[in-house]
Amino acid sequence: MSTSKPIDSELILKATKLKQHYHVKQGMFKAEAVVKAVDGVSFNLEKGKTLAVVGESGCGKSTLGRMLTMIETPTEGELSYLGQDLLSLSKSAQKKLRQKIQIIFQNPYGSLNPRKKIGSILEEPLVINTSLSKAERKAKAIVMMEKVGLKAEHYDRYPHMFSGGQRQRIAIARGLMLDPNVIVADEPVSALDVSVQAQVLNLMMDLQEEFGLSYVFISHDLSVVEHIADDVMVMYLGKVVEQGSCEQLFNNPKHPYTLALLSSTPQLSPEKRRKRIKLEGELPSPLNPPSGCAFHGRCSYANDRCRSETPLLRTEDDSHLIACHAVEENRIEAFAEGVA
Amino acid sequence: MSLLQLENLSVTFGNFRAVDNISYKVEEGEVLGIVGESGSGKSVSSLAIMGLIDFPGNVTADKLTFEGQDLQTMPEKQRRKLTGSDIAMIFQDPMTSLNPCFTVGYQIIEALKTHQGGSKKELKTRAIELLTQVGIPAPESRLDNYPHQLSGGMSQRVMIAMAIACNPRLLVADEPTTALDVTIQAQIIDLLIELQREKQMGLVLITHDLALVAEVAHRVIVMYAGQIVESGPASEVFRSPKHPYTQALLASLPESAAGKARLEALPGVVPGQYDRPQGCLLSPRCPYATDHCRQVEPDNQGPIERQVKCHTPLNSEGRPAA
Repeated sequence: MSTSKPIDSELILKATKLKQHYHVKQGMFKAEAVVKAVDGVSFNLEKGKTLAVVGESGCGKSTLGRMLTMIETPTEGELSYLGQDLLSLSKSAQKKLRQKIQIIFQNPYGSLNPRKKIGSILEEPLVINTSLSKAERKAKAIVMMEKVGLKAEHYDRYPHMFSGGQRQRIAIARGLMLDPNVIVADEPVSALDVSVQAQVLNLMMDLQEEFGLSYVFISHDLSVVEHIADDVMVMYLGKVVEQGSCEQLFNNPKHPYTLALLSSTPQLSPEKRRKRIKLEGELPSPLNPPSGCAFHGRCSYANDRCRSETPLLRTEDDSHLIACHAVEENRIEAFAEGVA
Repeated sequence: MSLLQLENLSVTFGNFRAVDNISYKVEEGEVLGIVGESGSGKSVSSLAIMGLIDFPGNVTADKLTFEGQDLQTMPEKQRRKLTGSDIAMIFQDPMTSLNPCFTVGYQIIEALKTHQGGSKKELKTRAIELLTQVGIPAPESRLDNYPHQLSGGMSQRVMIAMAIACNPRLLVADEPTTALDVTIQAQIIDLLIELQREKQMGLVLITHDLALVAEVAHRVIVMYAGQIVESGPASEVFRSPKHPYTQALLASLPESAAGKARLEALPGVVPGQYDRPQGCLLSPRCPYATDHCRQVEPDNQGPIERQVKCHTPLNSEGRPAA
């Protein structure tokens, strides 16, 4: 727990080439298959910033979240928190640092134990990780409940007595009990209604300002991401296809998949609507990923090179990273103008 | 004659009014969007049209007609002939609304057999034709698949194939894309609209996604706590909403808050069974509520094609008319 004032651009979390490969048995006589759920993801997360991870279901964004919170150990790669390598630490040191990286899950109906009162849900992290007395724990829980917009009288209630938005507030409060620096939010608002979603997003932004939190915001909703994120990472089948600042990605998207995602998102105002880029087919099976660029089967720019050679992430202009042969060879330029 | 006409339809479960006196019409070849948050009664009202509300639910209406035929008084047998063939429905979650114990082919053929009949061979040909129509590659082999072998998007296509099997005049789609990814959502919506145009069906699209409705619907109905609070042509309702709830819903979307730090959230939640307020149901959450609003329930105002249930409808600048 550092009490010194943090410098503005302090690097909190740094991931380098994180990989998570699962081995899947396919029957007694078949060779084991390897599912590359996350395949070489790197990013830097600075203090007080929000990194959004976007992609369709099955692209590995939740697995990434689980690795960052050390629920799962990566198969390969490095993960460092404030310069300390998280993966080579001893168990007890790891436990200490785990307190600083907390997670909020998608479904607030499933992530709160229905048999526990809100008070004990919030105090559980303190019981496990600190030596605070009962009264101190309760005081801390009540302070935190007020911070997230719950009333003190909710302390003795059970989760079923709350609405979805309130439950998500409880989940956020639980995530904050140990004064973390990083919150991994795995689709925190996708189970909520629009008006409640706005309340929870506002709360998350307020808390970010108050505690100087850094968020890893996992979502499939691009309009939410555009609003909340500083940096965005678009994933497809375990790989990052485009990565950059929020402005770069939304104002100047380059990768065909990002373009397709953006054009598929319904827009309220007719002026903002883009020409729909129809994606054929669905996300391929990660058990049997396509050769070359994983996206080539659905991409209208795919050529022989795309089908055989895997594109690497390269820098387009300052921090804007793209993994696409077509962009590299300038095959898309003409098209992108036609869209706008 | 309208395809479907409801007048003062209510659905009650015991003392709870899930749907409270709603009236609307669907014309042939029209896409009607119904939007609202969870608990606003949009799904229950569509189930009532389909005749799928069981005891203890109770459906009452002054008028509930389909192509001029009264659905309430017609014999049960006749109504069952209509639902599933002339009025069809697509449910929200394709993964759970298909029966996991039967193949896809069996389930499509079941619908065809009930309503149209025919030899085994004819039915199979028709099923393959339907799967081709909804864009499923290699339909012959898909007939023998079980639902668990299909992805979410594929299952929803199968659900659509089942729904359009008997060439319905009216299709009710209850959150057809909520469980799907955006790129797949775009595919499914395009498919639905294409089919709707081709067959000149009436389509009732129920969703909580305002932007989606704004893109495809001709007319839109906004529901709140079981009531219709605003209705009108989609472009008009979204450009200049007259009801404070519609305005707040639109403002709470992240895309409306471009450049601003905070989203404009409507405080509070949709009232449930035990905390229904007196007067206007939105009054505890409404920024413009007056004492009058808290006591007297407003009536629907305005011409039938552009109604709003508010004492002080908003003007074109988004402020309540004095």
